[in-house]
Amino acid sequence: MADATLEHDAVHSLPVSAHGAPGAYEAPLFGGYSKKVGMWLFLASDSLTFGALLFAFSYNRLYTIPWPTPFHVASITNATIMTACLLSSSLTMVLGVMAAQRGDRSGTRNWLLATMVFGTAFIVLHGMEWTKLIGEGLTIPGFPHPAVASSGELAEVSKSAPQFPATFFGLTAMHMLHVTIGVIYLGVVSLRKLFLPILGAIWLAGFLLIPSDNVFHYLIHALLLGLIVASIVLFLKPKDYDAHDVEVSGLYWHFVDLVWMFIFPLVYLMSTRIS
Amino acid sequence: MHNVATTHEGNKTQYLWVWGALLVLTAIEVVLGYKQVFSAVRMLEALLLLSVIKSALIIGYFMHMKFETALMRWMITASVIACFVIMYFFFFPDAGRIIDLGVK
Repeated sequence: MADATLEHDAVHSLPVSAHGAPGAYEAPLFGGYSKKVGMWLFLASDSLTFGALLFAFSYNRLYTIPWPTPFHVASITNATIMTACLLSSSLTMVLGVMAAQRGDRSGTRNWLLATMVFGTAFIVLHGMEWTKLIGEGLTIPGFPHPAVASSGELAEVSKSAPQFPATFFGLTAMHMLHVTIGVIYLGVVSLRKLFLPILGAIWLAGFLLIPSDNVFHYLIHALLLGLIVASIVLFLKPKDYDAHDVEVSGLYWHFVDLVWMFIFPLVYLMSTRIS
Repeated sequence: MHNVATTHEGNKTQYLWVWGALLVLTAIEVVLGYKQVFSAVRMLEALLLLSVIKSALIIGYFMHMKFETALMRWMITASVIACFVIMYFFFFPDAGRIIDLGVK
């Protein structure tokens, strides 16, 4: 691949070939290698997806009077810890990129694994928050929920303002999906084929252990889809991921963090019920 | 893994400072949410301002946009902001119109 043979000088000016012959490759338009420009373009388009969902949430909030405020102190505390997890994961990710650029393979793997741990903690905490809200009656018709949900304190909210659960779950589900994809992406880059049985075991354990009236009993199959895609990538195009790949995966991960910086205040902090 | 000579001007100390600043800004947001010292609109403005500052720190330092070429910076930033502005003018006048019509 041409990308792997390119080197950049300290200020990202014109690339030179691996043989030191300037001009052997055409200068990139944006001063970066193609994978990075491609990821930036994807992130720009993905930001519009989240922008549309945030606009939909805000639009519904504007015209729905009164807007529900279901988030007690426990929910805000939980969401604050989730935010700290994502911010810390961004730090470990950027340290992983630095290690990759130094050529420190074990350091890169360890920092990426730390990032995955923070990301997984975020998903688990978010799943617990969802389960709590659904148990209190914040439900969407057609989605599985426990029997106690119909008598919960938020059951009335689901009837009087169905826009709230629809936009809340839609927005946060899309973000949770992105975090899940990010963890799988980092697992592929850091562990490669070794990651596949781990992912398969997590999927199977989740499916068997989560009760069938919990929505995650079904959503856990996203991991199976991830396993299939990761297997196709790793078996059909096996490669040794280099510093560029780590940096590009880092761009994706930081974007997931970035989106949460808007979801947390707009969705949680603007709908608090502090009593 | 190949040893690729892609360098960024960021260093570990700088990243730790940015991480600390992000945590502090998050703490300020949470305090604002708890205390509810502002009206809803002022609160929204304050939280959005803090979110924009946090996102600028993440994009600039963690995503290394600060160290990209000017063309890359302007193309990505301008195109995304332009799309958000267009979305705003499509959605919000309609949402505001519903309130002005007196829907309670």
